[in-house]
Amino acid sequence: MTVGIVGYGSYIPRRRIRLGDIAKVWGADAVAFQRGLELHEKSVPARDEDTITMSTTAARRALARAGIDPARIGAIYIGSESHPYAVKPSGTVVAEAIGATPDVHCADLEFACKAGSEGMFIASALVRSGEVEYALAIGADTSQGAPGDALEYSTAAGAAAFIFGRDNLLATLDAQTSFMTDTPDFWRREYMHYPRHAGRFTGEPAYFKHTKGAALALMAKVNAKPQDFAFAVFHQPNGKFPMRVGQELGFTRQQMMTGWLSPWLGNTYSGASPMGLTAILDVAKPGDRILMVSYGSGAGSDGFVWTVTERILEAQALAPATRAQLDERKLYVDYGTYAKLRGKIRMGE
Amino acid sequence: MRDVFIIGVGMNDWGELWELSLRTIWTQAALAALADAGVDHVDAMTVGCMSGGLFVGQEHLGALLADELGMAGIPATRVESACASGGVALRTGFLEVASGISDVVLVTGVEKMTDCSGDEATAALATAADQEWEVFPGATFPGLYAMMARAHMATWGTTREQLAMVAVKNHGNGLHNPHAQYRRAVTVEEVLNATVVADPLTVLECSPITDGAAAVVLADGETARRLAKGRPLVRIAGVGLATDRMALHNRSDLAALPAVTKAAQKAYAMAGITPQQVHVAEVHDCFTIAEIMIIEALGFVPVGRGGPATQAGETARGGRIPVNPSGGLKAKGHPVGATGVAQAVELTLQLRGEAGPRQVEKARIGLAQNMGGTGASSVVHILEVIP
Repeated sequence: MTVGIVGYGSYIPRRRIRLGDIAKVWGADAVAFQRGLELHEKSVPARDEDTITMSTTAARRALARAGIDPARIGAIYIGSESHPYAVKPSGTVVAEAIGATPDVHCADLEFACKAGSEGMFIASALVRSGEVEYALAIGADTSQGAPGDALEYSTAAGAAAFIFGRDNLLATLDAQTSFMTDTPDFWRREYMHYPRHAGRFTGEPAYFKHTKGAALALMAKVNAKPQDFAFAVFHQPNGKFPMRVGQELGFTRQQMMTGWLSPWLGNTYSGASPMGLTAILDVAKPGDRILMVSYGSGAGSDGFVWTVTERILEAQALAPATRAQLDERKLYVDYGTYAKLRGKIRMGE
Repeated sequence: MRDVFIIGVGMNDWGELWELSLRTIWTQAALAALADAGVDHVDAMTVGCMSGGLFVGQEHLGALLADELGMAGIPATRVESACASGGVALRTGFLEVASGISDVVLVTGVEKMTDCSGDEATAALATAADQEWEVFPGATFPGLYAMMARAHMATWGTTREQLAMVAVKNHGNGLHNPHAQYRRAVTVEEVLNATVVADPLTVLECSPITDGAAAVVLADGETARRLAKGRPLVRIAGVGLATDRMALHNRSDLAALPAVTKAAQKAYAMAGITPQQVHVAEVHDCFTIAEIMIIEALGFVPVGRGGPATQAGETARGGRIPVNPSGGLKAKGHPVGATGVAQAVELTLQLRGEAGPRQVEKARIGLAQNMGGTGASSVVHILEVIP
């Protein structure tokens, strides 16, 4: 049975902070970060934006493109490492806000940066099984890095939502795969405010091994080569990693540029490769094949192959494009404002 | 005192070896050396390691590693002198064979440095400086060597370009070393424009954090000749170990390394040679400035001329006195406890004529200089080949 995406949407907060403004505070070498990690600025959520609000907006935009009654959505999965509540689902709020309750299954997912693609994996499988008619998967994060830590230069905010169905698809899901091992490169234990990471270990044995493993398994599954794809998008913890892994696999920069948001967006964690996919769908043409590979520390990658259908042309304009949200109406904040917005300033009792 | 020979050498591929533990990399090197020597047991062994305790939480390495090698029962000693631990372990093994206590001694060095964070590694390394007087007030090794570089520049007119040329040369040599952590060339411009670690030293002027191990097998003359199998014999002709005031501020001259000079003078006297008779040297270029100061302290070039001599190519592989054909600490890597032993591995290969594309022509006498901290301890070995 063919399943695929019937609607998609994204949300990027308007606020940005430039890397140089972070580096200045910590006496760090901004040029080295910009050159070494290909990062220039990142999104910053406003005081009233969190994983739930961003997920809601992205889901409404997906509904606008899908043109379906939200009550027919039978499952909602939100992947995030920054759910506002430790106990109490984000998904219930979003389901209520979009009008999908009460006949709906819901779960919040967590797997570092691949929690979003996990939701896509499960949602598509539920639709394929016939258990539900439509399923909504969202990847969203307002991720945090400790002040002065290398992570602080990349952790950003954003959300992407996908509604899966069986008919009227704007992209078919041709294959999906998962590649996972126990690799502790990044973690946050309970009661820790900021995550910890294992420095350079997060590269070769973690990100690169798993993204490559998933991509190769996926291409073998559909018997395809890199040149068979119009677009490719990889998890983007910074600007450098996705370009490097893609080129090592045989993809060109041209194939990856469209979904490569991180240099100006930062790392939106669970939203990262899903948001790249939304940027690709915004400009894709019928017949285009897309390879998407996520990565979550801990560690694993989910991979998907999509083929765009004729319906994409009527859906694209029905909600704001991702690239437009990234490039337009930006509000720059300084480090003090950023620290305030991110709750990094200890307030009086 | 008996003559002492190096009859076997081995090391593993150095780098960020995340999937291998300390005992595994050590065993790789030890087995390689034993195989090269053609022996299946040894009378004793030494392990040079600076800080197994801080890097991986493991002490008592003598017993642990003898057990790992299937040799539990032999005398096994861990030797520590900060980054000179490997060189001092070699000297300890030398004394054991020279004294007649043992005929065959396995000398090893190991450090597993990437299992902790960069900050933790920096803190572990800083224990080689004076904690109360240097480290607690905030100094790190890059900072201390940067002060030495500033002093050398002020006293002798050494330039940043000359410092950078040490890194360029050693990275060029490392290209030809299959065991090296970094096998890529760098240019003077890249070195100067790299991220500053401690002004004037950039990241490309600092040796890296490395996992690695090295081993040599020492033997007395009779054993060495019996196992030579037509290969030239490599003898340890001279040994010197010296110390200096620990903290930089207690030294009369920040631009000199008197412990290196003292250790070298002892080794030269024992070997009966002058610095000018050395054909190839492996020295402790933990930072670019260190190599410049060391080649002066060893008497290879006049005091204050280390910079110009480097610039003139005198220490290049085809130069008057080739220094660090292995790539040095800069390119080969610097697993601190293993470095001194790896220098002996490289010189043995050079003197046997087995160094491949990085071979120094007609090398018959080699010198290894290994150093702890900012030069508070230094050990020098002179090796000669007996055809």
